[in-house]
Amino acid sequence: MPIEFKLPEHVENQTNLSKMLAVQVMRKISRHYDEHEHERPWEYINVIWPFMQQIEAADLKRSMRRNGGNGSKPKEGKKRPSTANVRLLHMIEALSWGDAGIYLDTPSSALAGAAINAVGTPEQKERFLKRFTEGEPKWGAMAITEPQAGSDTSAIQATATLDPETNEWVLNGEKIFVTSGSLAGKESPGIIVVWATLDRSLGRAGMRSFVVEAGTPGMTITKQEEKLGIRASDTVSIVFEDCRIPYDNILGSAELVKPDEKKTKGFKGAMKTFDASRPMVAASAVGIARAAFEFTRDKLAEQGITIPEYAPHHQLSAIQCDLIQMEMELKAAWLLTIRSAALMDAKQPNSIEASMCKVKAGKAVTAITQKCVELLGPLGYSREFLVEKWMRDAKINDIFEGTGQINTLIVARRILGYSRRELK
Amino acid sequence: MYSFNKTDEQRMLTDTVNRFATRTMRKVYREAEEGGAIPAEIIDTGWELGLLPASLPEDYGGFGEYSVLNGALYAEELGYGDFAIALEMLRPNQVAIPILLCGTEQQKEQYLPLFCDEEMPKVSAAFLEPTILFDPADLATTAAEEGDNYLLNGKKVMVIDGDEAELLLVYAREESSGQTQAYLVPTDAPGVIIGERDKWMGFHALKTYTVEFENVAVPKHNKLGGEQGIDLHKILNSSRIALASLAVGVARGAYEYALDYAKEREAFGEPIAHRQSIAFMLADMAIEVDAARLMTWEAAWKIDETGAGAHDAFLAHRYAADMALAVTDSAVQILGGHGYVREHPVELWLRNGRGIAVLLGAALV
Repeated sequence: MPIEFKLPEHVENQTNLSKMLAVQVMRKISRHYDEHEHERPWEYINVIWPFMQQIEAADLKRSMRRNGGNGSKPKEGKKRPSTANVRLLHMIEALSWGDAGIYLDTPSSALAGAAINAVGTPEQKERFLKRFTEGEPKWGAMAITEPQAGSDTSAIQATATLDPETNEWVLNGEKIFVTSGSLAGKESPGIIVVWATLDRSLGRAGMRSFVVEAGTPGMTITKQEEKLGIRASDTVSIVFEDCRIPYDNILGSAELVKPDEKKTKGFKGAMKTFDASRPMVAASAVGIARAAFEFTRDKLAEQGITIPEYAPHHQLSAIQCDLIQMEMELKAAWLLTIRSAALMDAKQPNSIEASMCKVKAGKAVTAITQKCVELLGPLGYSREFLVEKWMRDAKINDIFEGTGQINTLIVARRILGYSRRELK
Repeated sequence: MYSFNKTDEQRMLTDTVNRFATRTMRKVYREAEEGGAIPAEIIDTGWELGLLPASLPEDYGGFGEYSVLNGALYAEELGYGDFAIALEMLRPNQVAIPILLCGTEQQKEQYLPLFCDEEMPKVSAAFLEPTILFDPADLATTAAEEGDNYLLNGKKVMVIDGDEAELLLVYAREESSGQTQAYLVPTDAPGVIIGERDKWMGFHALKTYTVEFENVAVPKHNKLGGEQGIDLHKILNSSRIALASLAVGVARGAYEYALDYAKEREAFGEPIAHRQSIAFMLADMAIEVDAARLMTWEAAWKIDETGAGAHDAFLAHRYAADMALAVTDSAVQILGGHGYVREHPVELWLRNGRGIAVLLGAALV
């Protein structure tokens, strides 16, 4: 493929659908769910669920095929290059333009699905992911963060021990900031992927992820967070107390290797899901940024302030310069994001690009939404408009799935060829 | 589709120019800068690459197809080599591309074969003016109709190799319409006064001149595009992409140099790149170079594909100009005192990087 910036037609059609949903459903309920933090946006959930089932079914089929499992064989003949990730990012961008908090309530296997698709066996995929293709809306969640382990995932304290008598894993520990945790673990027959250590002395090498199904005894939702933004999104703490799960719920191999053998495979498998999830966060960030930018641009246009197609710098007002700056940042962030997804679709490595777009988009959306509040004056600050909400929603994108700093560190290590010992 | 891979031909193009940049331009740029001249053999070698003929159709003696995106690709490599030599290499583009984009059939047939010769043609453009509030759409240089001629009056700067040029493409405000038009002016026409060599903050190796026009009579058929005239914004699009690409090249050079330096330079017993304060600067530089390149490619692709893309090109140029300044400045900062002395190239790249924002029209692809 040559250098090209063309949105394929089938992606455009699907994106238009997301845009319609954003305007006709999400925007109308946006303020309500911002002000009613722990209610669920069923208007949105029920409408999007049938589409999500289709997407889940296609993902599952594709993933099964990779296993050489019982998924149908790829069609002979012409193979169209995959656009799955580019398509997904366009959808996320459009839905986040509608409402980023409500978008996070999208019923799907989400990060749990990404983890299982990345390293799961065909049997695991069938057992954990098939449910997302049928029946009532369900959610998947990923539980990594702990009170004492945020960005430093190697500090995870939750343990998984094997009970040889029953051949079950026994989970103990506390997880916090689990997105859609209550939806996945309590309110629907969903799944939660939990990170825990088999052997703390091995650090990262001892880390594994486990699938816990909703309603498993020993798993309790202990707290629903109250947040700055994305209030429609379900964020909870979960306590595991002798929570027993079948042996086969471990993702990847249970075999441990010493860290000096440089085969921290389980951990790396988990990190791989970040290559997929970071562009998703970046796309959501861009969606919020575009919402704020377009709204501000249009409101200012009503006052006679417009962006020229081109003009010498001295002919631009300060507000025009601000608008142009926002437009440039938005474009830069989006193109970096699309690049990381296109690489994934082309089955090329994208770790550095995923972190790059996450850094850029997190910064851009924060700055853009903050600037929009300012540019719209007292009304920008008012809760009559959604701009102040978008500014609050925006901030999370520079925090979750690795803060801006952590992702900058990842980019820095990559370009310098440094290990985490050389560049702390 | 979204795709970010060069075709085999594009890869060959960038590899070739990259070789010229690293093996030839990078060998001489400092001496050229200090001595105020680019060695003639460097210019000859660069011209032999045939970048411009490869952008011109066969009908006019070329062997290729015009593509702004390809222009962006080779301009980045030239910028990576050296900004001054890059501007010299792109000098013929300043005349050929407006003729290709806006010329009448007769003008294309008459002039374009000039650009496919073995010798680099002695042509240049006169666009920028010595003013603070420069506006391409409202030039101070004027063209007034008088009989069968236009009379040109005004003062231009940044005329590359103006002392040797035989033919100039002069931009002026057409008095009857108020629009910017372009005129092909032989330098031996009465009233063309080649003035002093310009003094700029950067690219000292490049000879540019102030040129004055005093009632210079230009036959009407020398107005580019004939009666219809030019589409100024097509020309400016091409310049915005060229400058943005050069900016990406300059910045990439500065980023790589700073990266290597930071890994070697030790302080407090270890390389300074082991510190986040340095490493994070480098990470941001890497991200910004990539972002500016993607914006430039997208705008160039859009221009090639749809003819639109003026706003994208405007944004790309603006973004890349800011980026080049920030990245070259960071490079100087990372080298510290060593970045400030002329023994290292980064101070030169900072001076050159600053120019990107204000040199609209000085390079075209």
